[in-house]
Amino acid sequence: MSTSSPRRANAEPRWLRLTLTAVALGFLGLFLALPLVAVFTEALRSGWDNYLTALADREALAAIRLTVFIAVFVLPFNIAVGVAAAWAIAKFDFRGKSLLITLIDLPFAVSPVVVGLVFLMIFGAQGLLGPWLSAHEIKVVFALPGMILVTLFITFPFVARELIPLMQAQGKDEEEAAISLGATGWQMFFRVTLPNIKWGLLYGVILANARAMGEFGAVSVVSGHIRGETNTLPLHVEILYNEYNAVGSFAAASVLALLALVTLVAKTLVEWRMRRETEMLAATLAPEATGTSTGNRS
Amino acid sequence: MKRVLPGFGLSLGITLVYLGLLVLLPLSGLVFKSSALSFAQWWDIATGERALASLRVTFGASLLAATINAVFGLIVAWVLVRYSFPGKRLVDSLVDLPFALPTAVAGITLATLYAGNGWVGRYLEPLGIKVAFTPLGIVVALTFIGLPFVVRTLQPVIEDIEPEVEEAAATLGASRAQTFFRVLLPGIFPALLTGFTLAFSRAVGEYGSVIFIAGNMPLVSEITPLLIISKLEQYDIVGATALALLMLIISFLLLLGVNALQWWAAHRHHRLNGGAL
Repeated sequence: MSTSSPRRANAEPRWLRLTLTAVALGFLGLFLALPLVAVFTEALRSGWDNYLTALADREALAAIRLTVFIAVFVLPFNIAVGVAAAWAIAKFDFRGKSLLITLIDLPFAVSPVVVGLVFLMIFGAQGLLGPWLSAHEIKVVFALPGMILVTLFITFPFVARELIPLMQAQGKDEEEAAISLGATGWQMFFRVTLPNIKWGLLYGVILANARAMGEFGAVSVVSGHIRGETNTLPLHVEILYNEYNAVGSFAAASVLALLALVTLVAKTLVEWRMRRETEMLAATLAPEATGTSTGNRS
Repeated sequence: MKRVLPGFGLSLGITLVYLGLLVLLPLSGLVFKSSALSFAQWWDIATGERALASLRVTFGASLLAATINAVFGLIVAWVLVRYSFPGKRLVDSLVDLPFALPTAVAGITLATLYAGNGWVGRYLEPLGIKVAFTPLGIVVALTFIGLPFVVRTLQPVIEDIEPEVEEAAATLGASRAQTFFRVLLPGIFPALLTGFTLAFSRAVGEYGSVIFIAGNMPLVSEITPLLIISKLEQYDIVGATALALLMLIISFLLLLGVNALQWWAAHRHHRLNGGAL
């Protein structure tokens, strides 16, 4: 009420508000809610027993293991490089900075199929390094290393993109104070910077993880689809679907859909947390605003 | 000015080496690989009948999907920012589903929903509308994939609109429709265009969600990324590389376009706010 009455003079009439809300919810219901419900309905179509049997299948379990392994392997790289890139870009001025930001975005823009092909062109049998690799019996594509490489490529921007605006907004006063008080670089990082960016970092990691576990096109090109060996869960979904094994395919898909739901919940919680901290920070920084915020807290 | 903070050389060094080795070197490898082709040969492949048809399908469907997302995304963003209704926070979180749901899952689910016996398809088929395994199916998949871009780009911009702007327009006698189309829409237009371009550029490269619902008929419902894959599977490395290079150039141009749009939006926003004072 308090928000609607001052706006009444310049708000839409009630019938239009209701119509627009109905259109928005209808659109989201058709395109988002319905598919989400359908994944689980299809997976459970022939009962819980068949569902659990499909999931306990040896190849399904191998696919889950491989998917988790790749994500766990890739995330530390994302964190380290994401933090490094954000540190350089947010805290320092140098020439070519906006070009660097654009290049960090590049993996988002390239088609996953092209990403897969690019690594095939380098490490494949006919690739640039192909002859040397096969002479030394090193297998990169159609094997785990290739799948890790494309996943690293695809997930590169997430952490950096999340941290750059956050660290820019935080400025460098706190870090400069730590250094001038005699802290070493690493002390400053672990005691000042990391606590400040932990929620943003977690947010980036959640998004990178979802992409790493769900990637299909790029991984598909370099995996070689060796069952029980180089099949990730999304590839397993495809294989079973193409074999008209709907229950098995949707059972595997439901695990990924569950992952998506967990991702959304975690993302929302971190967003709330980040908003709370920004509000508290703003309250402590602006002295005239502290009256209202302490009033709310007590 | 002397730098007080440590770690500039280290952090920039790590970033540049990683970016160079993992992203730039592999991408230039593709350019190098395709330099074996003359421009005329490359042009022949890129404009071959099947390639041209796939480009038409890819860009046509992407354009249509991005347009659908621009229209409905604007409505969704407006409703989520301005109105309140029960469950709004839940709906707001759900908007990111296409970012979180693996594309293969989206693909098989949409194909099942829109097939002749699916929950949606069974109502459309009697009307003579076939979605699954036609180019229309591609549009549906690409609409799903691009949905969050427009909404998420517009939301903060709509939140930032100063109430004074609308009040002034209303006071001066503008109707609500006039205020929206002549005052508010021009203000949020750069963001709308940015969201549209983001959705479009994601759609152009999309593969996983499309292949299950498209039917993948050459010349009719075959997208360019799939054509690259099928050339690869037929050991036509040259053809696959040529098309991949074309896609790479297009995505690079779209990325530059998005950057230019964001710059425009930021400056316009700045100017409008400065002007209002």
